[in-house]
Amino acid sequence: MKIRTVLLVVCALLLSVIPAVRAQDDVFRVAAVAPSATNDLAFSQSMFDALTLIDEEMGDAFEFVFQDGTFVVDDAAVALRDWAASGEYDLIIAHGSQYGAILEELAPEFPEVSFAWGTDVNTFGLENVYAYTAAAEEGGFINGVLAASISQSGVIGVVGPIEVGDAKAYIDGFQSGATYANPDVEVLVTYIQSFSDVPLATEAAAAHVANGADVLTGSAQMVVGPIAVAQENELAWFGTQSSQADLAAESGVSFQVYRWDVILRDMIENIGGGVLGGEAYVLTLENGGLEIQVSESLDEESASIVTETIAALTEGIVSGEIVVLPEDPMATPEAGS
Amino acid sequence: MIEEIFTASVFASTLRLATPYIFAAVGETFSQKSGVLNLGLEGVMLMGAFAAFYTVYATGSVIIGLLAALIVGALMGLATAFISVTLQAEQGISGIGIYLFGLGMSELLFVRLIGTPVSIDGFPRLYIPGFSDIPVIGEIFFNHNLLVYAAFLLVPIAAFILNRTTFGLMIRAVGQNPEAADAMGVNVARVRYMTVIIAGTLAGLAGASLSIALLNVFQQNLTSGLGFIAVALVYFGRWTPLGVLLGSLLFSFVNALQLQIGSIGVNIPSEFAVMAPYVITIIALVFASKRAEKPTALTKPFRRGD
Repeated sequence: MKIRTVLLVVCALLLSVIPAVRAQDDVFRVAAVAPSATNDLAFSQSMFDALTLIDEEMGDAFEFVFQDGTFVVDDAAVALRDWAASGEYDLIIAHGSQYGAILEELAPEFPEVSFAWGTDVNTFGLENVYAYTAAAEEGGFINGVLAASISQSGVIGVVGPIEVGDAKAYIDGFQSGATYANPDVEVLVTYIQSFSDVPLATEAAAAHVANGADVLTGSAQMVVGPIAVAQENELAWFGTQSSQADLAAESGVSFQVYRWDVILRDMIENIGGGVLGGEAYVLTLENGGLEIQVSESLDEESASIVTETIAALTEGIVSGEIVVLPEDPMATPEAGS
Repeated sequence: MIEEIFTASVFASTLRLATPYIFAAVGETFSQKSGVLNLGLEGVMLMGAFAAFYTVYATGSVIIGLLAALIVGALMGLATAFISVTLQAEQGISGIGIYLFGLGMSELLFVRLIGTPVSIDGFPRLYIPGFSDIPVIGEIFFNHNLLVYAAFLLVPIAAFILNRTTFGLMIRAVGQNPEAADAMGVNVARVRYMTVIIAGTLAGLAGASLSIALLNVFQQNLTSGLGFIAVALVYFGRWTPLGVLLGSLLFSFVNALQLQIGSIGVNIPSEFAVMAPYVITIIALVFASKRAEKPTALTKPFRRGD
């Protein structure tokens, strides 16, 4: 009886110690939580694609787990705490601005674990927290210029989720770019106050079409509805966050794609060197974190014009010649050039 | 300004938005009239939406897709009935279980069988010669797909069944006083099974109306809370198909209106505009509930001899 008790105590002690010991091998392990599905064609997929790319690059030296569909913050908190307590992960990513408060509370409890979160630039002054965001207004500006250039009616429809974060940045940039290309263009913007309400987003896009829009864009995972509206009405579609080329096969023109892998490589290197956080990253056109992809469905001539326009605008934005969001919320050709 | 807001497209949008609510809430009316609360409507809708979408994706036939949604809805209705009627589980809790099952299973199947959002050719808009071209009226009433018309046709049929048939009488009797109905020789369990299966079938149809008629895409959690609103609309509609229709139209109209207001740039904060349908529904619900004729035996399992 005594031996059994001693064994039980020893086992319990071992179990309590083991999780605190980080896996001692050469594998870099990442755990990530995200609010929507890994195939949402938007925000969560952009991170999943980036981790998959890193996984392919690093092979056996990299592993990741991804918990998607965790829109409920409390559920995410449980996962994040479990991962941190397990000691198995070199980097824990909270991919969503709604997770900031959790991370601010959690990170000080696990100073040996590196955390990253976004989209935001606030590391809370903690040395084990990285923050990241995307200058989505840059790609929004380019998409806006292209949209205004091809619109025959001079009316463009935008369907947004909630007026915050990178969605707002994209839409602000889009409006600015559209006005930059055509000061008389009318940009109709509806924020539906939901990231996931596809039926409502669909009707919002339909309302824009009824009001004369012949070009559509939008941000967040509910854009699958507006894309279907664009396809049905044979209108042009501009996307952001991830490539939506497959779904918008006939209507897609260009897509701003978040390349989180650019900053993840840097984080991995830093963590390997013992720097667990304290830095904020921003995806930009300049650092290659924002990539504007041209739809393969465009004919050769159109694709060439679009590609050239993207290159010229990218150069202007990177050099500072074009101010994407001037103090005046609507850029003008005079202000921008 | 008024002319810019109250356009024909707003009214057409109202009819489209109301379609899934009508299917789901009319079905739920049958279920609740017999005394069974089915809170799992949302999960059944998701499964119906996925079944229809995947079948159309695989076969290209919207008719087979529709049948798939009806069958899946009926099966989930059968499962709900088994849990609520035979096992006599607490209906609210078991309904949440059905919802979570539908949410998770539809997502799992979607990821495994399709993987990423794709579009399909769903029910086309019907062109009705002589009607579709009528200015304003044609755009509002005669420019929709088949399922939109089916939803509105369902309302008088459901009202007739509930109010003018023996089956309807049995449903009402079972919902008001199951003991008395049982004493009169009505098989309470059988009636409840039938109504819950009807509710499931129509919830499957509601899901199909989204995935293969109105949106023609599928995504995880496509219904986004629509099924729960449908349950509220049954209370709003005072357990009558006509009341459910009016509630669905009111909720959808305010939604369509706020989208139009947003689109034309009327300077109202989008948060207030989006809140409006829910606030108006809650206010209407408060007034409706005072005169409500709630089935007395709603949520109460029937045990012979109790």
